[in-house]
Amino acid sequence: MVQFSLWDIFTFLLGALRWTVALSLIAFIGGGLVGMGLLLLRFSKLRAAATAVAWYVQIFQGTPLLMQLFLVYFGLALLGMDTSPLVSAAICLTLYASAYLTEIWRGCVNAIPKGQWEASTSLALNFTQQMRHVILPQALRVAIAPTVGFLVQIIKGTALASVIGFVELTKAGQMISNATYQPFLAYTFVGLLYFALCYPLSWWSQRLENRRLA
Amino acid sequence: MTPSSTPRFALVDIRGLHKSFGVTEVLKGIDLQVGRKEVVCIIGKSGSGKSTLLRCINGLETFERGSLAVDGQTLQHSDANAMRELRQQVGMIFQSFNLFPHLSAGRNVMLAPTLVKDLPKEEARTRAQALLERVGLGSLFDRMPDQLSGGQQQRVAIARALAMAPTVLLCDEITSALDPELVGEVLQVVEMLADEGMTLILVTHEMAFARKVSDRVVFMHQGLIHEAGTPDKIFNRPQTPELRQFLSALRD
Repeated sequence: MVQFSLWDIFTFLLGALRWTVALSLIAFIGGGLVGMGLLLLRFSKLRAAATAVAWYVQIFQGTPLLMQLFLVYFGLALLGMDTSPLVSAAICLTLYASAYLTEIWRGCVNAIPKGQWEASTSLALNFTQQMRHVILPQALRVAIAPTVGFLVQIIKGTALASVIGFVELTKAGQMISNATYQPFLAYTFVGLLYFALCYPLSWWSQRLENRRLA
Repeated sequence: MTPSSTPRFALVDIRGLHKSFGVTEVLKGIDLQVGRKEVVCIIGKSGSGKSTLLRCINGLETFERGSLAVDGQTLQHSDANAMRELRQQVGMIFQSFNLFPHLSAGRNVMLAPTLVKDLPKEEARTRAQALLERVGLGSLFDRMPDQLSGGQQQRVAIARALAMAPTVLLCDEITSALDPELVGEVLQVVEMLADEGMTLILVTHEMAFARKVSDRVVFMHQGLIHEAGTPDKIFNRPQTPELRQFLSALRD
């Protein structure tokens, strides 16, 4: 039987951690872009679009991420698309993140006093100009802390991508566990690596929040 | 009164304006014509609909019935482009200043001309500087709003509205949020504008000021124009008991 040293385990997991980071970044950046588009629709005068976005958010918030992953993974296959686990996971997590981010940012936009909308309206700015130059720059300050906080949720959410066969940190831990028969050791390493990734972000988010309230 | 008997062309022409918030009717048929270069003060108790009327003029509030035209342009809520055209004609100054807190005083003034009128940055900057000088704040271009006093903020807001070169300026209780000692500096600027021939419609509680600058004073009561006339007529010879009561309550 092949023996694995702790160092072997660690480097293998570290390799897999790169995929966790990659998937998180794809979901965060993709979700941010989609979420920003949804946010604009949410506040536009297009009533139907705003309602559709509200439902989109409710659907993603009201179902487990695990189920969303299954639906996207098997759904894309049904549509005849030849999907890899990475593509499925990236699409699903992007949509998931977009729903949550758009909702977080909606709250931040709502925190901007009505007078800012009225003043910019009375200066004849159109909706896009108001958003771009008046509302979003102010909402951004409020949004940074909860947005960074949500990035932590995304990182932990990528663990679920292991169930559709994507080899990221959790899946790698599973493989190590199967090969070494030492599940506790394997998952301890996995847990420590997640923590090493998430804790600095949580700490940073907390600090941003405190600074904003100071 | 038939239109032919109106000697001058009304810059702001309001006819039969009705406005409700839910079941509460706040404007019950307002007729008001404001001529070019005229200064009109609207007075009345809170809840009489005066702020709502003002907000209707630049489309911040919609109304159910009646018509409203500014410089011959009829207000159409459904047409966003027409509304923006209209708002370039109609400047507004608010009780709570509503400066953009993330922009310096100068940038507050520059923003709309660069975005809406495509004015080049440098030209906008020069014009903003000149406008700030006009309101007595020439040295404060780079100050952020939270570094300014209330009176200074309101004067920046006036400069910001003027930057769009409006034909009429609406002032919605613009000194109500100010400490008493800061009211004067803002009213001084408004008076200067009145002297320069700007068309002004003001909702105000400053009766002494209304008496001084107005060509015409409009007293609103329960969603209607109850009495209107020259400051002398309104303040010295009020005709209706409601206006008399309103004025005497102020003197107490």
